[in-house]
Amino acid sequence: MSVKHAVLTLLDEQPLHGYGLKAEFERRTGGTWPLNVGQVYTTLQRLDRDGLVRAHNPAGDGSVVYEITPAGHSTVQEWWGGVVDRQAPTRDELTIKVALAITTPGVDVGQILRRQRTASMQVLQALNRARTQVGEDLAWSLVLDRLSFDAQAEAQWLDHVEATLRRQGPGAPPAAPATPRPDSAARTGGFDDLSATTAPGGRR
Amino acid sequence: MTARHDLLALTDVHRAYGTGEARVGALAGVTLTVAAGELVAVMGPSGSGKSTLLHVAGGLDRPDSGDVSVDGLALGGLDRTRLAAVRRRAAGYVFQEFNLIGTLTLAENVALPLELDGLTRRPAREQALAALAEVGVEQAADRFPDEVSGGQRQRVAIARALVGARRVLLADEPTGALDSVTAQEVMAVLRARVDTGAAGLLVTHDPRMAAWADRVVFLTDGRLVDQTAPTTDAPAFLGPRPLVEAYEDALDGER
Repeated sequence: MSVKHAVLTLLDEQPLHGYGLKAEFERRTGGTWPLNVGQVYTTLQRLDRDGLVRAHNPAGDGSVVYEITPAGHSTVQEWWGGVVDRQAPTRDELTIKVALAITTPGVDVGQILRRQRTASMQVLQALNRARTQVGEDLAWSLVLDRLSFDAQAEAQWLDHVEATLRRQGPGAPPAAPATPRPDSAARTGGFDDLSATTAPGGRR
Repeated sequence: MTARHDLLALTDVHRAYGTGEARVGALAGVTLTVAAGELVAVMGPSGSGKSTLLHVAGGLDRPDSGDVSVDGLALGGLDRTRLAAVRRRAAGYVFQEFNLIGTLTLAENVALPLELDGLTRRPAREQALAALAEVGVEQAADRFPDEVSGGQRQRVAIARALVGARRVLLADEPTGALDSVTAQEVMAVLRARVDTGAAGLLVTHDPRMAAWADRVVFLTDGRLVDQTAPTTDAPAFLGPRPLVEAYEDALDGER
């Protein structure tokens, strides 16, 4: 996340000292991403060095207040005018874990998917409870909505993986390895793994 | 310890369709209870048995074996007439497509199950108006379904499902035809109605809607394969420090 742009945006409204910046950021975003004060000061020093903010001491007592410079103001305008760079797909642990599970012999993919999906649902339930407690605070509730859409996407992706494996059936080969080895007997990850464990309350 | 009052109880329910080679198992031994004030969401892929579960729970379909009881009444021994009476008096459905009758006003729609059950027009209307007030649609009581929004129609369906003495609400993708903001509003209403002492069973494929439930169960091939633990803990990243205290601190600092 761009701490730099958040700091510049807040200073574009009013001069603030470091702690005030941290508090204002957390107030405006629901405190979902707490900043540590050290991170704020490191960012401020770098922005000062680059001429985007200016440190001064209006009270003459050693307390430093930061204010934006014309160059800093331009940077904020460019940020509003541009789009957020989503960059390359992140190295998401769950994505990697599932991809590896499907091609690793002896791993119960179904169980991995079920456990993760249940965990995702519990995160969603907690977010929903938090959302109902937030009440009228628009910014905060929209931030929570965003987190809940992310959790929803994760749960739906897990469903999609499960459905895709089911469709391939137990005999389907896993994705071909980049360098196929003729002696490889790795044929796991199909739907037979999903039905292997006994369901609680279930009975044949 | 307070006794758990189960309004809906399914015990080892089996249901299959067709015969011989074409026999398709829809439910293969489902045991599930829903208590007063509890909302349980059922998730699972298409064909996992979600809708069958809902139909069996409300007496629209009979299990091949196993027991279903609604508000303490076992459905197994009932004949068709008495089963129909249970459907009118004990359980109500909410579907994706707002199944309201277009030629009746909203109040008449909600009063209909009561009148079918023998209540006269005036008390039926009074109960219907009370039910509409519970979901915030009382001002529109005398309008027709096509004169109100989709979200309002679904509120009316919720009101009808729990009108009078009905305490079991069975919902099949109730927000499937609504935009995401309206869907959340409708779920808040459904949740609030359940909180007053009804039992809710919600079938959905949308995890954000299922998140309104106290418990989410996952159905695969007619079996319950997993369920979320009943918990009130927030996840670590939503711990009290960052989300609540820091927020209040910041507000205090501002004053």
